[in-house]
Amino acid sequence: MWNSLKRLKPGWGIVPVLVFLALWEIIARLNLTPGQFSFPPFSTVMVEFYNLAASGVLGDNFFASLTRVLIGFCAGSIAGLVVGTAMGWMEKLDKALHPIVSLLYPIPALGWLPLLMLWIGINEMLPITIIFICSFFPVLYNTVTGIKNVDKDYIRVARTLGASDIKILTTVVMPLALPNIFTGFRLEAGMAWRVIIAAEMVAIPTGIGALMMKAESLIRIDIIIVCLIVLAVMCLSFEKIFEFLENKMTARWR
Amino acid sequence: MPSIKLEKICKYICRDVELEISDRELLVLLGPSGAGKTTLLNIIAGLTDYEGSVLFDRQRVDKLPASKREVGYLFQDLFLFPHLDVSANIAYGLKAQKSSHDGIKERVAELLQLMKIDHLAERYPRKLSGGEKQRVALARALALSPRVLLLDEPLSSLDTQTAKYLRTELKQLQRKLGITTIYVTHDLAEAEEMADRIAVIQEGQLQQVGKPEEVFFSLRPLPEPGAGCYGGQLRHDEHHPPRRRQPRPPYRSLSPRHIRFRGQATGPRG
Repeated sequence: MWNSLKRLKPGWGIVPVLVFLALWEIIARLNLTPGQFSFPPFSTVMVEFYNLAASGVLGDNFFASLTRVLIGFCAGSIAGLVVGTAMGWMEKLDKALHPIVSLLYPIPALGWLPLLMLWIGINEMLPITIIFICSFFPVLYNTVTGIKNVDKDYIRVARTLGASDIKILTTVVMPLALPNIFTGFRLEAGMAWRVIIAAEMVAIPTGIGALMMKAESLIRIDIIIVCLIVLAVMCLSFEKIFEFLENKMTARWR
Repeated sequence: MPSIKLEKICKYICRDVELEISDRELLVLLGPSGAGKTTLLNIIAGLTDYEGSVLFDRQRVDKLPASKREVGYLFQDLFLFPHLDVSANIAYGLKAQKSSHDGIKERVAELLQLMKIDHLAERYPRKLSGGEKQRVALARALALSPRVLLLDEPLSSLDTQTAKYLRTELKQLQRKLGITTIYVTHDLAEAEEMADRIAVIQEGQLQQVGKPEEVFFSLRPLPEPGAGCYGGQLRHDEHHPPRRRQPRPPYRSLSPRHIRFRGQATGPRG
């Protein structure tokens, strides 16, 4: 039986999802959930999804979150990539900055929130800064690791072939470090969405997180579930985008 | 192509190494693992700092970095760039030297043909066999028309048949290109087959330099029966001990295959 399951075409992966949705609908419709546990059926959630989308509420909040994620993530990733490359390539710089990075890296991004609320105030810069921090350290860490893991003999070969240091860095070291760097991107792409939702729930009046908090105060479970679905889809999409890019850039030779 | 001279080279295990290699010569550097063979190649290539002097055509190159020494270096593990296809691997040095686009294309095509790997031009290293990788790495090392070619146990990872075939090709290629070459190995049979001259190195010191027949036949028996040696450093395989008080001529039938280094380790690196 297991072998026949393995032979199933990839499209069949949708079957468990459909079963899950069907069960959800049936359980909700038959009120099989205990006591005060309010649980709207999937169809109701979808209707609310349509209503929110049609009214523009969902779109406005979604784009507010998306903009913050994109700005914070791009800025944090680029900064992490640049500093990580410099640290990975220059041993002295690595020795100088490594203790600071090691101290700051373990702090969860949301741990900075109270401090940043006092420093920056409650405005657009707050979630963007949180996302920046959330992206910066993991990308930096993975870039440094990726560059350091490149076999030094590749560098020696390139050197005997007359390549300058900058040429070696750009044409040998960075391409070979790409798998590690992409691991950083991929992990943080999903994490950025989780963090922005949390930040919006606590401190920002717009965005998907804020919409969830409003729905909670109105006891609108259907809206909360709509927001969770949007969050899940965005986390997955971001991770898949980087997975696609990684495959595009490295699959030929890995 | 230049002659190479090493003057009082000191680095790690290597102590006061003096060696001269003639123009167009193929010198085999023979010695057990850890003898300092790779260290000497790295010194000649400028990949490590050292004491003493390296001269190409009587010109000191000590202050030249590796990128300016015009040395082709075939590493033991080849280190083909995995993210570049065969053509791009071969073209790497030419691009680094900012050769013209047409010049690069022409040279790569020439080398692909010379190494008989035209059909592999667009393949990535992971899809090449051991022998094919060897050819690509050699083509890459030759792309810049180096003054000196350094080969560090280039065939050690190949099966016996392929290695034997490539050895013959390598020797022919070296003759054809007339490039001064240093070939590192710990395999006596390989040394015998490849060398114009052999330099025996052990514990960082040159023990003997000469033509293969001189090196292999300059055996002298030790007082202890069965403990014969050559150059005072190599001894017979336990399975082929020399006869007691045997006069010198019979040793001439001894093949390098019956000799191994004292305390030879199993690792391939020199």
